[in-house]
Amino acid sequence: MKKTIRIATLLSLATLPAMAQVASEHPGATSSAGMPQLDFGNPWTIAQVVWMLIIFGALYYVMARYALPQVESVLEARRARIEGDLESAQAAKQRADAAMAEHQAATAKARTEAQAAVGAATQKAQAEAAARAEALNAKLASQIEAAERQIASARDNAMGALRQVATDTADALVTRLIGRSDSAAVAAAVERELAARGRA
Amino acid sequence: MAAEGKAIDALSQFELVPFMGALGESVRFSQSNAHMLLAFGLITALMMWGTAKRSIVPGRLQALAESGYEFVHGIVTGQVGDQGKRYFPFVFSIFMFVLFGNMIGLLPYAFTFTSHIAVTFALAALVFVVVTVVALAIHGTHFFSYFFPEGAPKALAPLIIPIEIISYLSRPISLSVRLFANMVAGHVMLKVFATFVVMIGSAAGVLGLIGAVLPMAMNVALVGFEILVAFLQAYVFAILTSIYLHDAVHLH
Repeated sequence: MKKTIRIATLLSLATLPAMAQVASEHPGATSSAGMPQLDFGNPWTIAQVVWMLIIFGALYYVMARYALPQVESVLEARRARIEGDLESAQAAKQRADAAMAEHQAATAKARTEAQAAVGAATQKAQAEAAARAEALNAKLASQIEAAERQIASARDNAMGALRQVATDTADALVTRLIGRSDSAAVAAAVERELAARGRA
Repeated sequence: MAAEGKAIDALSQFELVPFMGALGESVRFSQSNAHMLLAFGLITALMMWGTAKRSIVPGRLQALAESGYEFVHGIVTGQVGDQGKRYFPFVFSIFMFVLFGNMIGLLPYAFTFTSHIAVTFALAALVFVVVTVVALAIHGTHFFSYFFPEGAPKALAPLIIPIEIISYLSRPISLSVRLFANMVAGHVMLKVFATFVVMIGSAAGVLGLIGAVLPMAMNVALVGFEILVAFLQAYVFAILTSIYLHDAVHLH
């Protein structure tokens, strides 16, 4: 049927050169008065309408049956194609969004991990520093204690020596003053005096 | 300057002559019908082969075919609504047939079959019959309520009903006369001014040749105007057909 339409179309287009011939063969024959269109007595006027109905019928048939469905299918295919493209674009965008979200999640995770590692390292370093400081403090404290002990023992020694010196001096003074010595009394006096001053 | 019986002959262009001599004579196939056949061929070629490649990105011919389709489709669905799709091929055929008839008629030596009242009236009568049959098929006898609008005072019925019937019956007349008169007027004007060109140009030597430029310029403008009219009248024919179909489908 498509072939028939093709042939019919070509034949109808072939009327074109034939028309020029008609026009040149009939250079407007002198008409009777009035418009030729209103000459309904002319059998050609009626025949023209009959042929028109046939040709228009053929046109309607070809349009309704073949041409318009074809155009519609082309338009439909384009619509479908565009919709498909839009859909795939949307899918691609979704994929990209998902990848982006994944990337962001990975970045966030890496950041928290890094922060945790930094925190742990800081803590460890602080702990180490604290331990070292404590050890140092302990060492210093022990040194200070030793030094204090040394000082105390030195003072005690000095204090012990002081009693001897005080006793001897006092004894020598008493001997010089009174001409005799009373070592026991002097020692007791020195002892009393030292106790009074808190240096026993 | 109608001397020597050289009257302006603007009407003989509308005369029907047999196409291809004796062959046309035998079946009464006139040059008018040959132009209809040409229109059929051009429309079919445009629609069938224009879209044969089915390109996603259309070429020029396919774009033309598609815009023609979508233009008429817009008219029909715009006027009739979704039910209008059934009548789309009919309106499309009418539109294209009238459009190509008008446009082919503007070519030199061509005949304008839409300048024949018999042709335009037959087309309009076809529209009238189709519309009436559609209305009767959809609404049955309820269709006759179309001639008396709902809510109108009953007392006015003797006045309204005849007016509505006359206006309904005069549709094919106005539809056909509009197209016919437009095409005839245009072609008569073209012919008259073309005759002036020849008359003035052959009358007074160099002066005449200069004077002939005026009607020539007029004709150039007229051809442009006629292209507009050719399209516009096809559009009017199609849109009125759609409006009538709207009335047939929806009754007001």
